[in-house]
Amino acid sequence: MSFPKIRTPYLLLLPGFAFLFTFFILPIVNLAQTSTQTPVAGGDTGEYEQTLAFGNYIQAFVENKEQFGRSFMYASLATIFALAIAYPLAYAIAFKSGKFKNILLVLVVAPFFTSFLLRTVAWKQILGEEGFVVPGLRNLNIIGEQTTLTSTSIAVVAGMTYNPRTIEAAGDLYANGITAFRRVTVPLSMPGVVAGTLLTFIPAAGDYVNAAILGSPNTKMIGNVIESRYFKIVDYPTAAALSFTLMVAILILVTLYIRKAGTEELV
Amino acid sequence: MSKDPITARGDLRLTRITKSYGDFTAVDDLTLTIPKGSFFALLGPSGCGKTTTLRMVAGLEEPTVGSIHLGDTDITTTRPYQRPINTVFQNYALFPHLTIFENIAFGLRRRGIKDVKEQVDKVLNLVELPHLAERKPTQLSGGQQQRIALARAIVNRPALLLLDEPLGALDLKLRRQMQIELKWIQREVGLTFVHVTHDQEEAMTMADTIAVMNEGKIEQMGSPADLYDNPETAFVANFLGQSNLIKGKIDGNDGDNLVVDLYGQKISMPKKRSHAVDNSLYAGIRPEKFRISRLGTPVKGNTLTGGHIEDVSYIGVSTQYVVAMPWGQEVMVFEQNDDGVAPFDKGDEVNISWEPTFTFGLRGDEDIEAGTEVNPEELEEE
Repeated sequence: MSFPKIRTPYLLLLPGFAFLFTFFILPIVNLAQTSTQTPVAGGDTGEYEQTLAFGNYIQAFVENKEQFGRSFMYASLATIFALAIAYPLAYAIAFKSGKFKNILLVLVVAPFFTSFLLRTVAWKQILGEEGFVVPGLRNLNIIGEQTTLTSTSIAVVAGMTYNPRTIEAAGDLYANGITAFRRVTVPLSMPGVVAGTLLTFIPAAGDYVNAAILGSPNTKMIGNVIESRYFKIVDYPTAAALSFTLMVAILILVTLYIRKAGTEELV
Repeated sequence: MSKDPITARGDLRLTRITKSYGDFTAVDDLTLTIPKGSFFALLGPSGCGKTTTLRMVAGLEEPTVGSIHLGDTDITTTRPYQRPINTVFQNYALFPHLTIFENIAFGLRRRGIKDVKEQVDKVLNLVELPHLAERKPTQLSGGQQQRIALARAIVNRPALLLLDEPLGALDLKLRRQMQIELKWIQREVGLTFVHVTHDQEEAMTMADTIAVMNEGKIEQMGSPADLYDNPETAFVANFLGQSNLIKGKIDGNDGDNLVVDLYGQKISMPKKRSHAVDNSLYAGIRPEKFRISRLGTPVKGNTLTGGHIEDVSYIGVSTQYVVAMPWGQEVMVFEQNDDGVAPFDKGDEVNISWEPTFTFGLRGDEDIEAGTEVNPEELEEE
């Protein structure tokens, strides 16, 4: 072997970087480029040229701010609901399930074995007029909660796989049940909560499948707008500008969130 | 009861405690008093019920039957956070999200104590780690974490401090050092310490009183010297140090002494050191109490003749001999290398002798292997 030792780590990173470059960096650059294009004068539908029209962003945002707002509101609601359902579930699995712990974890993961689309269609069955739930509820349940719920549970359970003796220690040190939960269990499960809520929030904010299958025009999310701009109206620059705006908005929100609920102090 | 258990002080009394999990009885009709201010050790192999006993005292388990009193207050069903009892957990269980300072302050803050800073600083000085106050537990070594766990418990000045295998995770050298330090800290703060361990050396070094537990019961209780010098059962004789147990028959009386026949050779031993219930008995002699002499050399005390040296291990301060006796039993002898006499060689014909007062007598129906087997689980822990 003639490779100096120092090169080995970089060689090992190479396939990963190559993948990221090809399937993430290149498309992003392409997207950025598209977002500032304008239609070619007298050209065919779908023919655009680069004019650095940053006005596209303002126009796209102003036209669709309602859908943007809805996306973030639905994503936030989904995250809050998911956390409210998943935290007690995760708590029970982590501390009270004894030998059934692994089986319960598998059950939590099980929905992932079916395809995302299939699950959403299944929800339509459940929530639809022919389903178990009154049709009026349909609009309220626009986000497939079960999707988000599962990822939150897993993350929270993962976050709770620490020494249960610490909770006994809190009791030993004069903390009653509620105080021990507030002072020890919750702070120690924060990494799981942060990971779980992010896993819920990010896909939910960009979601359009649920809205398309389960929703109505009144529940259109930004993902639906992007989809129709791309595939129906063939307005690539606006779709690209919307995608970019969504991405940056999520990045900013997530950064603020991690700053606030940050977990670096646990490491 | 109007009296708040948290202010209870005094001796800890366990009365007829039984703890069962389904068919398994972890602690079996245990009665025990631990005097205020003592350093008490519960010693036994894993699964003997010592940790379950400790957890019941802490309030983490409730006894199936029986009662626990602290002074005059019944604390059997009192919640852990309402007991004036703190625990040093086996793997310390420090709060990873809090600084060392906040870990130690945790109990004080829960009780609404005013001078938290002063008290935490004081106890950090006691364990000699004041410079670590702002660190997180994961940034500390095992030995440091151990001291912080101790500090976090004693800062509350509990009526009772429980230590659950507190030194189990430390290496041998650090363990020895911490044994001496724990003993010193216990004297310094004057609290009652109850220490659970499977390490007999650790128990003997630190505790004033040791209760040896086996299968949910107390085999024997006493000072380390009492237990070592005059064990009442084969389990205690073997679990604390090593013992040579030789089968014999009580052959008569000679004043305060018994005459015992060991495979045709007569020895004598004090009556009050015999725990036999009938004529059959095992004579117990610790390996360091034996003296080896060449055939024909006059010796004092009890003598057994006809042995030959089977094996010699020189280990510096002492030499360990295995001596094969005429009835086929091999006995262990430790000789201090202090008199310059040339060590005996393998195959030498020898007598073994000892002071009659060092002999202890066990019931003749005892299992002489009890307490000798090494639990593989414990080996893994080491």
